[in-house]
Amino acid sequence: MPNVTLTVNGKTHAVEVEGRTLLVEVLREKLRLTGTHVGCDTSQCGACVVHIGGDSVKSCTILAVQADGAEVTTIEGLAAADGTLHPMQEAFREHHALQCGFCTPGMVMSAIDLVKKHPDGLSEQEIREGLEGNICRCTGYHNIVKAIAAAADVMQGRATEVARAAE
Amino acid sequence: MYDFAYHKPSSIADAVKLLTDDPDAKPVSGGMTLLPALKHRLNQPTALVDLSGIAELRDVRREGDALVIGAMVRHYEVATDPQIMAAIPALARMASTIGDTQVRNRGTIGGSIANNDPAADYPAAALALGATIVTDRRSIPADDFFLGMFTTALEPGELVTAISFPIPEKAGYAKLRNPASRYSMTGVFVARGPKGVGVGVNGAGPCAFRQAEMEAALAANWSVEAVAGVKQAPDDLNSDIHGSAEYRANLVTVMAKRAVADAG
Repeated sequence: MPNVTLTVNGKTHAVEVEGRTLLVEVLREKLRLTGTHVGCDTSQCGACVVHIGGDSVKSCTILAVQADGAEVTTIEGLAAADGTLHPMQEAFREHHALQCGFCTPGMVMSAIDLVKKHPDGLSEQEIREGLEGNICRCTGYHNIVKAIAAAADVMQGRATEVARAAE
Repeated sequence: MYDFAYHKPSSIADAVKLLTDDPDAKPVSGGMTLLPALKHRLNQPTALVDLSGIAELRDVRREGDALVIGAMVRHYEVATDPQIMAAIPALARMASTIGDTQVRNRGTIGGSIANNDPAADYPAAALALGATIVTDRRSIPADDFFLGMFTTALEPGELVTAISFPIPEKAGYAKLRNPASRYSMTGVFVARGPKGVGVGVNGAGPCAFRQAEMEAALAANWSVEAVAGVKQAPDDLNSDIHGSAEYRANLVTVMAKRAVADAG
């Protein structure tokens, strides 16, 4: 069986996999990083989004062998060592951008890539279109969009902390 | 998913040898179509030959009056590459509408061309622009490449290595997306360039095709009005729960008008 080496959240792992083993299976079942969820398993819902080399990717639709040698970041890798949340996580909390929370890890990972790909800031429309690959069945998206806009302001230096949600 | 062997060659020659030696092996580029098909056991290859280790498949370069895009260039890169945005902005804009961000981060132009999904975006662009599909062994004009639903002129073991697009004077694209799947219900790519006027249609039929009457109308008079009067016959178009052949035939004219407006 193939051996793959993955650097996940800064830590290097060597794991033995089958050719058909999906990246998300390695993350969840071998590395026990269960923050990455599997929703649809058909590359539609986005619950499984992780970063590979900084790009958002659906980890249910990439083989572990295809990610051999890659730098992977999962939701567990975002917060600082002292527990300080990433601005995107902080903004999701502040703006109540989740209800059941199942889609949230994928939403946060996609949102960070979205902000990174719009270095000059992004409109509400661009945020909504940028979430095309992530499905949420609770929130109706409004608070997710607000959270991403607030996080983008911090990530891109227009604000020093996440804007408070309206009372 | 059934299991399979996995190979990651670093040259085109090695990839072709692996695919030729084992007729049941399959190439994988981004895997955005192939992996879902494998999960459904619609496909049972003995081995996957991963093309992502072949550096030369990632090139984007000018070659005379053409823009040559390597087969492994991802949709996201087509959408954002400064050379592509400058030479064929309509192609870059089109690539930015394929799937979602995560699909665009993995899926490749060569994979889409070789798969020839009826609703894929690139085949219509390749037809309209008069592109040439470059493989490991020959060059195939787009007109001779897309043969039918998921069917191309590729021989067993033959690999698409690049697509060469003549740079147009102007080009535009418009599609109506299925509201759920977001695949093209019907899309039209129009171009005017060194090879004349091209109009490529996707999503409407079992395979992308050229709309000759619209090409003639635009060659005589490049304007929205010129295509507005050209009706597409519904014969042989797709008919399903999402729309009848007549509906799609009407969409060809509507999308052609929007594509010409997009081209300016």
